[in-house]
Amino acid sequence: MSAADKNSSPYSDLTSANGHDNPGLPHHRPRRADVDKKAGKRAERQTALLFAISIIGTVIAIWAYFGLDIGDGGDVAAIQQINMWIGIGVFLAMIGIGLGAIHWAKTLMRDHEMVEERHELRSSDEARAGAIQNLKDGAEDSGLAGVERRGLLKGTLITALAIAPLSVLVPQIGNMGGDWNVSKFRHTIWGPGVRLARDPDGALIKASDVTIGSVFHVIPDGLHELDHAAMMNEKAKSVVLLVRLDPKDLTIQQGREDWSFDGIVAYSKICTHVGCPVALYEQQTHHLLCPCHQSTFDVANGAKVVFGPAKRPLPQLPIAVDDDGYIVAQADFDEPIGPSYWDRLKGGDDTAVEEETR
Amino acid sequence: MGATLNSAASGTANYVDERTSIGGFVKFFARKLFPDHWSFMLGEIALYSFIVLLISGVFLTAFFVPSMETVHYEGPFATMHDVEMTKAFESTLVTSFEVPGGLLMRQTHHWSALLFLASIMVHMCRVFFTGAFRKPRELNWLVGFTLMILGLAAGFTGYSLPDDVLSGNGLRIIDGVIKGVPLLGSHISFWLFGGEFPGTALIPRIFTAHILLVPGLILALIALHLFLVFLHKHTQYPGGGRTHRNVVGLPLFPVYTAKAGGFFFVVFGIIALVASVFTINPVWNYGPYDPSPVSAGTQPDWYILFIDGLLRMWPGWLFGLPTEWELWGYTLSLNILIPSVIVPALFFGFIALYPWIESWATGDKGEKHVLDRPRNVPVRTGIGVGMIVFYVILVLEGSNDIVASLFHLSLNDLTIFFQWGIFILPVLAFWITKRLCLGLQRKDRELVLHGHETGTIVRHEHGEYVEVHSPLDDEERWVRVSFDNHKPLEIAPERNDRGVARKGYRWDRFKQRLSRFYYEERIEPVTPEELEAAHHAHSDAPSAHGLADAADAKGANERLDDEWEELDEGATKK
Ligand code: HEM
Ligand code: FES
Repeated sequence: MSAADKNSSPYSDLTSANGHDNPGLPHHRPRRADVDKKAGKRAERQTALLFAISIIGTVIAIWAYFGLDIGDGGDVAAIQQINMWIGIGVFLAMIGIGLGAIHWAKTLMRDHEMVEERHELRSSDEARAGAIQNLKDGAEDSGLAGVERRGLLKGTLITALAIAPLSVLVPQIGNMGGDWNVSKFRHTIWGPGVRLARDPDGALIKASDVTIGSVFHVIPDGLHELDHAAMMNEKAKSVVLLVRLDPKDLTIQQGREDWSFDGIVAYSKICTHVGCPVALYEQQTHHLLCPCHQSTFDVANGAKVVFGPAKRPLPQLPIAVDDDGYIVAQADFDEPIGPSYWDRLKGGDDTAVEEETR
Repeated sequence: MGATLNSAASGTANYVDERTSIGGFVKFFARKLFPDHWSFMLGEIALYSFIVLLISGVFLTAFFVPSMETVHYEGPFATMHDVEMTKAFESTLVTSFEVPGGLLMRQTHHWSALLFLASIMVHMCRVFFTGAFRKPRELNWLVGFTLMILGLAAGFTGYSLPDDVLSGNGLRIIDGVIKGVPLLGSHISFWLFGGEFPGTALIPRIFTAHILLVPGLILALIALHLFLVFLHKHTQYPGGGRTHRNVVGLPLFPVYTAKAGGFFFVVFGIIALVASVFTINPVWNYGPYDPSPVSAGTQPDWYILFIDGLLRMWPGWLFGLPTEWELWGYTLSLNILIPSVIVPALFFGFIALYPWIESWATGDKGEKHVLDRPRNVPVRTGIGVGMIVFYVILVLEGSNDIVASLFHLSLNDLTIFFQWGIFILPVLAFWITKRLCLGLQRKDRELVLHGHETGTIVRHEHGEYVEVHSPLDDEERWVRVSFDNHKPLEIAPERNDRGVARKGYRWDRFKQRLSRFYYEERIEPVTPEELEAAHHAHSDAPSAHGLADAADAKGANERLDDEWEELDEGATKK
């Protein structure tokens, strides 16, 4: 080994090991086709057959594309037929070539193993010395090292290179965040007097429609008047679940005595874990289950977490009933809905955020 | 005709060579040797499914519209009639229902994505368990590792493109995870979505990442990966004639050109068959993204499940204490940060650094080109199985609703079981695997010393019955006695003769501890002396036995001579 001590191995290179000698390559056993001309011919025919299957496959795919009737351009079943036949064509076209080539290699090409030496990857000592010398010479030529070290150049170059990317990145990143107004997370379009409507048809909800045990998926009235993009952003924050319990099952939370109406409570539908819609309500237990990671919230008790990865209760929407008997919001949520983020309890705008109660 | 073809070919070759000196490359590559083993095909499957991804992906770009502008659907699929949706979703429906071959290509693309990631991971396991990551291949292990991470990124961005209910929900989870990042969370979320979730910027942005950025990086790293494979020459399994200083195999041209090239078409063909028969991601059943609906039992692609499992497993309240904290009015969501960022970072970090960790314990600086049999490195094999068990638990927890309903279990009990299991089961798996490996090594010793049981019973002169054992042939024996017999590191004492503390002692001490963990308990390979002694013991046995031994030994010797000749021939060939 040409290498220095550092690269040596205390273990053998396997020409012998643990006192035993390497027995050398096992005996090569000839295959049928190696000794029998007929077997060779047979293998050749089989391979050709496989290639022929591929040719047929290509023909099937092209026939399916041109030849099958697509219907009136809108017949889903017809399109699915075409897809399937093209697919089968592609399958045959590919597998024929593949199996053919492999069969050829296995039966007719060399299977007698050969041996090649490896060379150590480490470059020779001379090459290394040469490389180091070249770099030294180069550094000296540049003036960055050697007799006249131009320290000023080095310092400014490194600084320039380090900050140059900012000239592109700052504008790019700066532009990508829209208006950067992250306090939007705090608001939804709920507000005093906004009526509760059914999702998705927008029908308003009267308190008398809500029977005990029933559950309504709710959006704020007027949501659909927004343009689509704004509607999606608002809907992602403002969806609510409305549930009516037997008032005697309901534990009213402190400070929220007037947030419900005769056993009807409304909670944000956006999970306080990482934001899935909490859509599964179990009547008997009054539990709401988030299908994403199974956080379970107790609707009868302030939607507090009873199981799973969420920590905070679902935010409650304070509701009342207006003069026409419709359920309305008393105000927006009093905390940001959905997943937690670093500054969710910090002000930064006019929304008053109360300390969380639990 | 043949002659003109030949002269045309040589003319072309001459033309190109005079301008590129490609002759040298062809000479170098054409007869390069590759060892043969089925497990070496796993990496190939990954490569070929990536090529299928490129082909089908380019097809899809012709029809997919990466836009979140809204339209009302007016196409042939009746259920979606007049539904408001983004152009991304609409164009996915168009590709599926109005482009002949379009649905086939969507399904081909999606199935090959699943196969791509699966084969990368199984390939990684092969490299791990056989020790193919050892010097000089540590850097290529890192390249492969990065490819796996990029594969996950490619899969997730692709899955998000059609903008259906499931992919939108997946993005919302990502948004929630991002918001959990301390200090910057809300701003990173704004940066990614161009404002509030879902906004109108995301699909075009991830489209660029999906078709340009990520595949570009993957392509570059695949090139580097394969370059290093050529440079290092392939590893080989232990066997007669194979050493750390040679490669035994068949030439690239024509054998592997045919086998590996053919295998590409086989992989493509099978993906095409699966794609034409099995529906995947029928987005028309889910509908366009809407933040409100979600149904139970829906699954992300399998390679995302482990993150979902972690998120499901980490409780918001641990023994009555919250795992989300409010500190000076700021919110620190450990219930999100730990499962979705910290644990994956530690898990993947350990995988990425594993070659170096093991080399500290081994202290071997030599190049290793002959693979380990997994049993011969029991601790490594145990660690590998432990990590697989860890991962599988996460995947199962990520589909715990399905597992629970399949086996009629309570969802919460299952989660609680996994919450304990994630700590206990991997350790248990490590321990059992290590014991199994040691047991297999002991069996190897037995076999080497006493030979195969033949099932033939003979009767001694003095009336005792014994079973005849036939000795192993040279190849069988060599495979079982040639492994590296690693021993725990010896280190220099803490103080030198003059009692002065030595620099680097603590680091050495750490390596020694690690080394003991790996190699304290080990089975020594059979030595020639032991073999000799065992033979003597046997030749005291009945003569039938001794005869067989002698005959076999003679045959083996003859063969040995043959083979060394062959080896020599091969070696001089170079
Ligand atoms: C690098 C590995 C890649 C992976 C793992 C991957 C994965 C995926 C997945 C899972 C989908 C969702 C498919 C569906 O069910 O609709 C997808 C969609 C898509 N991919 Fe890829 N992809 C990769 C590379 C590419 C490349 C190279 C291109 C184009 C040059 C591409 C173009 C597309 C397009 C246009 C779609 C949306 C099509 C549709 O859903 O109709 N992909 N990708
Ligand atoms: S998003 Fe609801 S439990 Fe994770």
